[in-house]
Amino acid sequence: MAVVWRRARLVERVPQNATARTLVFTVPGWPGHLPGQHVDVRLTADDGYQAVRSYSLAAPADGNRVELGVQAVPDGEVSPYLADALPVGSEVEVRGPLGNWFVWRPGRTEPVLLVGGGSGVVPLTAMVRAHRQSLSRGAFHLLYSVRSADDAWYREDLADGHPDLDVRLVYTRKAPPGTARAPGRVTAADLAEATAGLLPASPVYVCGPTGFVEAVGDLLTGLGRDPATIRTERFG
Amino acid sequence: MNSFSPGFQGRARQVADKLPPGQYPTESFPVLSAGPTPKVPVESWQFTVTTETGRTHAWTWDQMMALPQQETVQDIHCVTRWSKFDTRWRGVSLDTFFEDVETAADYVVVSSYGGYTTNLPLEDLLDGQAWLVHTFDDFPLSPEHGGPARLLVPHLYFWKSAKWVQGIQLTDEDEPGFWESVGYHNYGDPWREQRNWGD
Repeated sequence: MAVVWRRARLVERVPQNATARTLVFTVPGWPGHLPGQHVDVRLTADDGYQAVRSYSLAAPADGNRVELGVQAVPDGEVSPYLADALPVGSEVEVRGPLGNWFVWRPGRTEPVLLVGGGSGVVPLTAMVRAHRQSLSRGAFHLLYSVRSADDAWYREDLADGHPDLDVRLVYTRKAPPGTARAPGRVTAADLAEATAGLLPASPVYVCGPTGFVEAVGDLLTGLGRDPATIRTERFG
Repeated sequence: MNSFSPGFQGRARQVADKLPPGQYPTESFPVLSAGPTPKVPVESWQFTVTTETGRTHAWTWDQMMALPQQETVQDIHCVTRWSKFDTRWRGVSLDTFFEDVETAADYVVVSSYGGYTTNLPLEDLLDGQAWLVHTFDDFPLSPEHGGPARLLVPHLYFWKSAKWVQGIQLTDEDEPGFWESVGYHNYGDPWREQRNWGD
């Protein structure tokens, strides 16, 4: 089955932080997707020049509605345009869903750990939301690393207090007043706590910048997690 | 008249003859892997070629480094749409490993430390088209880029250039590898945009 280009109309843009946006499109004919998958977005200039980049889906399948997380990259060719310039009501093209490995399938019942760095939380958020909608009783644990509270995405969905989600926020530069943990990168101790509720074969999903994913992957295997249980997605 | 993405201008149009369709050029070297990065010490490293009859040819790190070494400069193309021009590698031509291998097989499955696999027609590995490389830009290949040694098959999308390469199994039948089993194209020619099943 071929993956085809489809028209996608921007219907809503929601700021997540100073440079990050959620973009909601309607895509007639969208075939649906799994939490964790991504799409290619294609932009076309008036002289026919085209540019394509990949963006993660931030929400579970919902008819023709497709929600993408876009982090504006300084000097980026595509992301600043998507984040701030593409007018609501206008169209781009999308192709997907793509990526059948970094996915969580609703119906799975084992406990799961999600580890996100910065914008790497986008595909993990789709998993959290799908888990919330499903009847899965497997515990969901999230370790989310951000520079400061202002940099966090999806604060409502990923807040503490949801009975279906155990959240640990790691602030790397600046922690809000009253935070017990001193600011700093994710440590073995953070991951030891986050993995305490897992079974040996429980899946761990790690997504973020390359350095973050490399560090977390090394720490997890150092803690004795089976590398075969760890799925990764790296940005840049 | 274009009706998509009003006001989008994009970057300077460049290197169209070197850039396969749907790709963009990058100066950086992005990392894409399905799992954590395996750390493979060269002391215990081994590379094997196993024929369809089960005959195994094996090289230790020192034996591999004692083979004729080649330097090659190549453009590489990742299915996630970045291309990187003029990358400089050092390693051993696959032709060298296959010199004494007797086979009638048409396909290979390449396997890696860590469990990754990818499949190719044997003819795509021969006649100067593929290398086992251990050096990038004069430095030992780093683990996240596939060190200590990876495959380099630059005429196909880069997922075919298996990181942490451990062995090549010759097969009579074409057997889909890791990404090829979950939606990536079986062959992966960037100039024909063979990204996914059905492309």
